[in-house]
Amino acid sequence: MADKFQVVIVGAGPAGLSAAARAAELDSKHGRARPSYLLLDGFGLPAKTIQRYQKGKPVMDEPGYLDIRSDLRFSAGTREQVLAGWVEDIRRLRINARLSATVSQISGQRGEFRVALGDGTVYTAEHVVLAIGLEGNPRKIGATGEELEGVQYQLDDPKEYAEEKILVVGAGDSAIENALALAQQNDVWIINRGKEFSRTKEANLTKVLAALNDTSCRLQCYYETRISRITRDPGRSRPLQVTLQTAAGDEVFEGDRIIARLGAEPPRRFVESIGITFPSERRDALPALSQTYESNVPGIYIIGSLAGYPLIKQAMNQGYDVIEVINGNQIRPADYPLLERQFHGLVGDRDPDSTLQRFKQIVPMFRELNALAFRELIMESEVIVAYPAGEEFEEVRRRMEALRAADAGRARARRATRVIREGEVIYSPGEFGTSFYTIVAGEVSVQPADSAASVPLGRGEFFGESSLLSGRPRAERVVAGAGCVLVETPRRTMIKLMSSNEELRAGIDWIFIVRELQRHFVPAANPRELRDVAARVEVRQYRPGQVLFKEGETAASLFVLRSGNVSLSRSGPAGQRLVAQLRAGQLVGEMGLMGDAVRRETASATVASEALELKRPEFIALCRRPDARLGSLRRDAADRSKDIARMAVQPEAGALIDFMMSEGLGEATNVLLIDETLCVGCDNCEKACAETHGGLSRLNRRAGATFAHVHIPVACRHCEQPHCMKDCPPNSIRRSASGEVFIDDTCIGCGNCQSNCPYGVIRMEQAPTPKAGLLQWLLLGRGPGPGEHAGHGAHGEGGGKKTAVKCDACIGLANGPACVKACPTGAAMRIGPERYIDFIEKAHR
Amino acid sequence: MRESVLAYRGARYLWWAVALSAGSIALYCTQGGLQRPNGGSWQGYVLGTVGAALIVWLTLLGVRKRSYRSTLGAVRGWTSAHVYLGMALLVVATLHCAGHFGWNVHTLAYVLMSAVVLSGVAGLYVYFRNPTLIADIRTGGSRAALFAELFELDNQARELAKHCDAVTGSLVKSSIERTTIGGSVLEQLFAADRSRILRIDPNAPNAAAVLVRNTDQQAAINYVSDRLTQAEKRAEPSVLQSLVTVLCRRQVILRRAGQGGADICDVDHPDQACFADHRQVPEMPGQHGSGRVPDACPRVDDG
Repeated sequence: MADKFQVVIVGAGPAGLSAAARAAELDSKHGRARPSYLLLDGFGLPAKTIQRYQKGKPVMDEPGYLDIRSDLRFSAGTREQVLAGWVEDIRRLRINARLSATVSQISGQRGEFRVALGDGTVYTAEHVVLAIGLEGNPRKIGATGEELEGVQYQLDDPKEYAEEKILVVGAGDSAIENALALAQQNDVWIINRGKEFSRTKEANLTKVLAALNDTSCRLQCYYETRISRITRDPGRSRPLQVTLQTAAGDEVFEGDRIIARLGAEPPRRFVESIGITFPSERRDALPALSQTYESNVPGIYIIGSLAGYPLIKQAMNQGYDVIEVINGNQIRPADYPLLERQFHGLVGDRDPDSTLQRFKQIVPMFRELNALAFRELIMESEVIVAYPAGEEFEEVRRRMEALRAADAGRARARRATRVIREGEVIYSPGEFGTSFYTIVAGEVSVQPADSAASVPLGRGEFFGESSLLSGRPRAERVVAGAGCVLVETPRRTMIKLMSSNEELRAGIDWIFIVRELQRHFVPAANPRELRDVAARVEVRQYRPGQVLFKEGETAASLFVLRSGNVSLSRSGPAGQRLVAQLRAGQLVGEMGLMGDAVRRETASATVASEALELKRPEFIALCRRPDARLGSLRRDAADRSKDIARMAVQPEAGALIDFMMSEGLGEATNVLLIDETLCVGCDNCEKACAETHGGLSRLNRRAGATFAHVHIPVACRHCEQPHCMKDCPPNSIRRSASGEVFIDDTCIGCGNCQSNCPYGVIRMEQAPTPKAGLLQWLLLGRGPGPGEHAGHGAHGEGGGKKTAVKCDACIGLANGPACVKACPTGAAMRIGPERYIDFIEKAHR
Repeated sequence: MRESVLAYRGARYLWWAVALSAGSIALYCTQGGLQRPNGGSWQGYVLGTVGAALIVWLTLLGVRKRSYRSTLGAVRGWTSAHVYLGMALLVVATLHCAGHFGWNVHTLAYVLMSAVVLSGVAGLYVYFRNPTLIADIRTGGSRAALFAELFELDNQARELAKHCDAVTGSLVKSSIERTTIGGSVLEQLFAADRSRILRIDPNAPNAAAVLVRNTDQQAAINYVSDRLTQAEKRAEPSVLQSLVTVLCRRQVILRRAGQGGADICDVDHPDQACFADHRQVPEMPGQHGSGRVPDACPRVDDG
């Protein structure tokens, strides 16, 4: 009979460890002799992800506003300190863990789960806690002997092995990188199932092919080969015998080691095999959970990054909470006081649970959200309350100030209700902001940039979706009305919710379409009248280079560009010639429905873009309405054709703009350009950048592409939809109202932004030592001079902490970007897309 | 946008300089009476004070350039004003001394000042001429890319040389090893080429090797192409053909490197601007940038 536990915890990361620690603590409290829980993990050590950090890497304890609640200790420190603390706690609490035990299957139901391991052991459990993270288990070779000693699925330090015969299995980037590193001092063979290396980055491909051709390099490759059997005989000098199935027949290879790098099996398939459902097919979708982290399979709980909480502290708190819940203890989650603060400025009942319930009922779109997701939404959002100016406002303001004063001792202030006066502007046209607002009570008035009339929005409605989806600055003014209560949700949270919740996505898409139709065609129509038309508008996605329509086609539709950038080109005697570039919010191909039914240009996306396609019948239906903006539509279309003609007669200008688009400037909002006819290479731009940013330059003048004497150095372009923001665990990359994308001091140094930035402008750096002042340097020769590199402080504890650094367009400097201001010749300039055409025309005058 | 220092804000400071010069001339003309105009009159003193103030202000450009947080206008505007007002200083100072030159310390100071101003004019010429030249030489690539290609070509040439006869092989290898770029500041300015090859004359009595000039790599190319007509083995011509192609590409790259290899900025740090002779140096000289600003490209973590 299999062992039976109250709870089996799968995954010994921070979440799983903390859960096990809580269970151990409860066991000793209740004097149970036999542990009521079991912790399982496929890896041989606890906290695999953190084990794999490089030595000495600082581990941070964001979010600073959340308190830790766990029986394991945790505070910011180096990888070694954090791990040593946990190892000690694991010993102290005598945690009942079984490591190197991969769970292959979980079946059954609450009270009677069967947890089967890879080696055939089966445990039964009343409850299962899944804390397996998102990384997944490495794929196995799939041959007998895949688990033998000497067969490994990761490589921590290639320098550990010398003078061995090693097989590296796999043809991906990590396999190639490992093989190249190992070949420095070992004989290495790559086992590639295919005929070539097709799944690798260009740089790795070049390197591996060069190494394979180089007779002096100890690297060789078996193509079209797979491993059919592995045996081990420790008596031999080369203990592993590997039977290879090559294209020419079977072959036996004798070696010391096999390193298989076949990628990881994403955990989703395993999770789904248990019966847990995901709300959508999107890759970043997260399973739906109840407020107590319970999945749709009763008795199975999901915590940690698989539940959508990537930070260590959140995961550890959940581990604690989930065990309390399983033990039937009603405890308030660690974030309960945070919710209290969020609602502190409201009128009347401010109890978090009932207020949450009330908010959820008011907004139709949120009713479908599951409780945990909604709680998360409110936690991440800012609650804004408007009071009439006067006594009531002053009183609430005092209440909030008292609350903030109580928080004064903390490293990071915790969020609390934002109290504003009625009539205050929420945002104005031209401001950058990607947050999304939901009206919970009262109303706001919305006034589009180009009209004097304003539209009221009421309870349950929302606004700000246009900037959220397009990344463009706000296009309207929004003013707080009487008694309004708003929830302002940051973009990251919204994107996360939208990818997990189809209804929410559809709802926001729909209102986006309706408002775009209003803005471009029929400003006075109300959403209900546009329902039919909006339903027939299609949202289309385009990859870079994909064509929206081709020159010479008959036009059947027009496009409203929702995000990204589209270029129009015409064919001429000298090939395709670029004649215009269009940005989010603009119409594409409108001429096709307004007079000239043949497409005169080819439209293609320069970056990943989204567009709404409006077909001819719907367009005609809109134009028949009495309030249709025909006059301005016609005027805009005529202006556009004039601009296109102007560009078409200057082929050099087209070539330059083509170059700029190919360098990704289509998605930029503010880009640094250097005119090479003026640049003397003094590097004052880099020095100014370093001097104004703690000694580290955030731009690289020499790197980057050049065309027609226009140089695009490696420097941040402050993209419309910043790639760096995509995956920032503490949400420390933000955009200011004036458009600068910057990293605040909550960065945990994970490096995601660095790998997400396609333009290579983010680096991981440690802060250099501060410098002496100008006079001290001049008169006393102290330290490095202005513009000289300061060097780093001592490596080691705290000193070696690397965080992400990038250009913030000198957000704090009154004078504008230092690089531009410091350029002695006027070669450096920062411009936005609205000035590209102007710039290009000047270049060719 | 795309406005040179001279054209800054419609050449605003040109008009300031013109006004200053005109004012100075007018003031100078008010001198008269018993004395010839000179620096000792009150007008002379005013002109001298204005000149001294100008000199102090002109030196402040160095401070402004290094005050990276300053909100006192853009450095570009300062440079523009520096250029025009610096030239106006010649007028002011000349009017101040009223042409009283002699073998004395005053004249020495005047000459030194004029030399400084004229050096500035020369600098301005470089500012205008060289950026375009450098950009054209690089044809869009960076200096690092130039040297990366050079090293790749070196490797290719060495590989091909292995398949040649011994004399050609050693000649090609010596041409790589004895290629020089840069050197002293003067050698850099005039793109001096001290490249040599070691040539073995098999017909000479003891087959001694002689060092021959290989300016512009021409000698090496000539030797290999001559050799092509005397090929002995069947496989030889194709190797020699490829070798000539590689050597010619090397010639093109070396010409560019010789002309534009050093950045103007490196004049501040001539020690860094001089490439070590391009002889089998283990690391790429092209990589040793100015060494002050870290590379903004993601790089291998140094832990």
